[in-house]
Amino acid sequence: MLEQLTVAEALEKLAAREISAQELTAAACKRIDEVEGTIKAFVTLTKEQALAAAARVDAKLQAGEEIGSLAGVPMALKDNICTKGIRTTCSSTMLQDFVPPYSAAVYEHLKNAGSILVGKTNLDEFAMGSSTENSAFFTTRNPWDTERVPGGSSGGSAAAVAAGEVLFALGSDTGGSIRQPASFCGVVGMKPTYGRISRYGVVAFASSLDQVGPLTKDVRDCALVMNAIARHDPRDATSANTETPDYTKFLDGHVKGLKIGVPKEYFMEGMDPGVAAAVRKGIELLVSLGAEAEEISLPHTEYSIPVYYVIAPAEAASNFARFDGVVYGYRADTDSLEEMYLQTRGQGFAPEVKRRLLLGTYVLSAGCYEEYYLKALKVRTLIKEDFVKAFTKYDLLVTPTTPYTAFPVGAVKDPVKMYHNDICTIAASMAGLPAISIPCGLVEGLPVGMQLIGNHFAEGTILRAAYAYEQNSEWSTQKTELYRKLREGGRKHE
Amino acid sequence: MSKYETVIGLEVHVELATKTKIFCGCPTEFGSEPNTNVCPVCLGLPGALPMLNKKAVEYAIKAALALNCEIPAYSKFDRKHYFYPDLPKAYQISQFDQPLALNGYLDIEVDGQARRIGITRIHLEEDAGKLVHADVGDYSLADYNRGGVPLIEIVSEPDLRSPQEAKAYLEKLKSIIQYTGVSDVKMEEGSLRCDANISLRPAGSEKFGTRVEIKNMNSFRAVENGLAYEVARHTEILDAGGQIVQETRRWDETKGVTYAMRSKEEADDYRYFPDPDLVPVIVESSWVEALRQSLPEMPDARQKKYVDKWGLPAYDAAVITASKHMADFFEAVMEKYDDAKIVSNWLMGEISRHLNAEGLEITDTKLTPDHLTALIKLQDEGTISGTIAKTVLKEMFESGKMPDEIVEEKGLIQITDEAAIAALVDEVIANNPKPVADYQSGNKKAIGFLVGQVMKLSKGKANPALVNKLLQEKL
Repeated sequence: MLEQLTVAEALEKLAAREISAQELTAAACKRIDEVEGTIKAFVTLTKEQALAAAARVDAKLQAGEEIGSLAGVPMALKDNICTKGIRTTCSSTMLQDFVPPYSAAVYEHLKNAGSILVGKTNLDEFAMGSSTENSAFFTTRNPWDTERVPGGSSGGSAAAVAAGEVLFALGSDTGGSIRQPASFCGVVGMKPTYGRISRYGVVAFASSLDQVGPLTKDVRDCALVMNAIARHDPRDATSANTETPDYTKFLDGHVKGLKIGVPKEYFMEGMDPGVAAAVRKGIELLVSLGAEAEEISLPHTEYSIPVYYVIAPAEAASNFARFDGVVYGYRADTDSLEEMYLQTRGQGFAPEVKRRLLLGTYVLSAGCYEEYYLKALKVRTLIKEDFVKAFTKYDLLVTPTTPYTAFPVGAVKDPVKMYHNDICTIAASMAGLPAISIPCGLVEGLPVGMQLIGNHFAEGTILRAAYAYEQNSEWSTQKTELYRKLREGGRKHE
Repeated sequence: MSKYETVIGLEVHVELATKTKIFCGCPTEFGSEPNTNVCPVCLGLPGALPMLNKKAVEYAIKAALALNCEIPAYSKFDRKHYFYPDLPKAYQISQFDQPLALNGYLDIEVDGQARRIGITRIHLEEDAGKLVHADVGDYSLADYNRGGVPLIEIVSEPDLRSPQEAKAYLEKLKSIIQYTGVSDVKMEEGSLRCDANISLRPAGSEKFGTRVEIKNMNSFRAVENGLAYEVARHTEILDAGGQIVQETRRWDETKGVTYAMRSKEEADDYRYFPDPDLVPVIVESSWVEALRQSLPEMPDARQKKYVDKWGLPAYDAAVITASKHMADFFEAVMEKYDDAKIVSNWLMGEISRHLNAEGLEITDTKLTPDHLTALIKLQDEGTISGTIAKTVLKEMFESGKMPDEIVEEKGLIQITDEAAIAALVDEVIANNPKPVADYQSGNKKAIGFLVGQVMKLSKGKANPALVNKLLQEKL
């Protein structure tokens, strides 16, 4: 049942008393029991707390009390989002036993909205990766083909939503970590404008890029979750103090006159021609609905990956300095302070994290700062200016989310090749722009993602176009293919 | 004339007296149970984010304005990385290349010579926690209560030319900051800390010598002694044709020596970069002006006023204005009394003696300007003698009672009745034949002893002038 239900539908059923919050949560738990052995989306399950929370929602419903906008809806959080009293591991040995004494702002918002946390999802260690293969615990599987990766780093969240284990999940996106797994798993994933969502309580990877966002089955659900989590937070200095609109108001299907730019650099050589075709077809559909599209150029796109791999590791090396074994987290048993630092970090971090920390430490070190970090900041400005220029003329940019579909587990061994997964998503992150990935078809039975990039704080424009596309595409019928597969997969596991 | 010129620059850290920490809402109070004034932010928990306390910026700007600094419209925070257990994030949020304040100065006077000492910059940063090393066993405990308390670092130009000037600079700095009210500036509680850079160069040379950094000087005297030790050490090395090693040295107060901590080669690379969790600090000029207006009159201005308006000797004015509390007290007394020198004699004499002995500021005691005014008036009226006045002062410090009350209670009113004093004088003359004979044989000094005996007999209450007069008459 759950795998076919959206948040909006569940809320209707709850309101009509066709289903209780407890039944819905129990259904999520049952679904998890069925598929989790194969999918492995969760690092920690909180079924008991979830059922208790659901009972409280039902009691409120019974008493006719005020309930939140997502009351009774089971969801999951990426395990880099702090949850008071529930361990938050970042899928790392370093934090495998870390139980935060406080909650992230986004979790507080969802709790206040009545949403039910059923578990914490797997990720590439500390959100560094594109496949969840860098998790210190296990690799999550793509529900469309369990031999393939779900993408990453929010792979657990994307897979949990695609497999119907929860009705929605939150991920975090630094260079594509929501959008790429959304694309691989055939779900909707939005990275909001930098500053739109509070970062308070989200374990930082690269502070100037990190942003939390929803992974949902469809665009309406994305708007509903955005409504619950997007607000100003005085505890986050980078949180924007601007009004947040009701995002569902944008779901009107009107794209007439919408000006779409199609950056040619995003249709690069070597990409899967099926993916390119699916995205071009998606753009054609938007045009057929009244939008205007033309090819444009964002000339600094090619620098986005090298620049990202200077800036993000630099910030990470700084942010991760705190994992020293002193106050919390993993501590190696040693005789001296220096050994404690060396062994704790040597044992607590896996190779990909170490690689990036070394890189980041290097680019900030004396003599390298100007040559690498400062230069990268300058190029970042150029990348931003490309977008500023484009948005004087266009309302929206449409691109592929990834150059190819989900790859098999273990297929990409070269880290630099892995970094290229984010080739279509990083530039928007650099510019702090909002972007969504929505499913736009299947290539050889695997979902393709189409990315819509908007101007700062123009999430509404993105949602409007995404919704119009979704309502008029074949996606809803293609989805049933997944559910059929999943049911088979689930049974296989039993 | 020494053949070397000493060049000293000071880096002074001052804790700001904000109620809460610089990047979170934890209280800053001193002396709480370990790790009780902490939260996810100041413990550096994963995901926690700093939020700048505007009051800390305000206090820093006030201090900077009092030190004649410029306040740039734009400044920013940077991360300074190093691993140490008292620093939970393993980086300190500080300011690197765009500090809050630049290009200030303060004026000092040493041995009658006035000098203007440049202040390069003042920046805001967070304090670290404290490690407590166990008495027994091989471990340390960390207390993060102090972590995140706002600090300003005040960096001087290398303008100081002697340890004495360094001490004078520190005293003046402390005084000015105390006037602004933004810090307790208590070196013994660590709210004022000082590191020094020192080098020697041949007299007349423009080029700086190799510099050494001195740490762990925990009092004004330690700064002066530590630097004096270094001057001697450098001189000896240079005289012997040796070379100074660029290094950081630690002052050992008990042994009275410095020793090497680390050399330049081991110096840390702090990998400063702009803190992406914080937005730049934009300071509106209207705010700066409002803060400038809110500053109290500074010690130099007050000193001038005391000399010009009340005729106080310059030395007295300098001593009294060094402490804002003392100067405020002085001015309050001067509202009701007009002989500045008498007031300053009390403040610099008996009162300072008491405060120094107890290690107190005048505001820490029960003595108010009203107490002192009343005391001086009682003495002026002849109700009590100077000796009695000192006794009354002591009692006022203890009980906080007004002097007339104390005088009444203890029966300390001065005896001015000639007949009563004459009786005492007669008794003393009768009982002290030797001094009397001495006096009469020409040793006029002997009268002092006899006056003392009369005063003793009267329990200090006899009017000394009358005693003197009557003794001379009767002898």
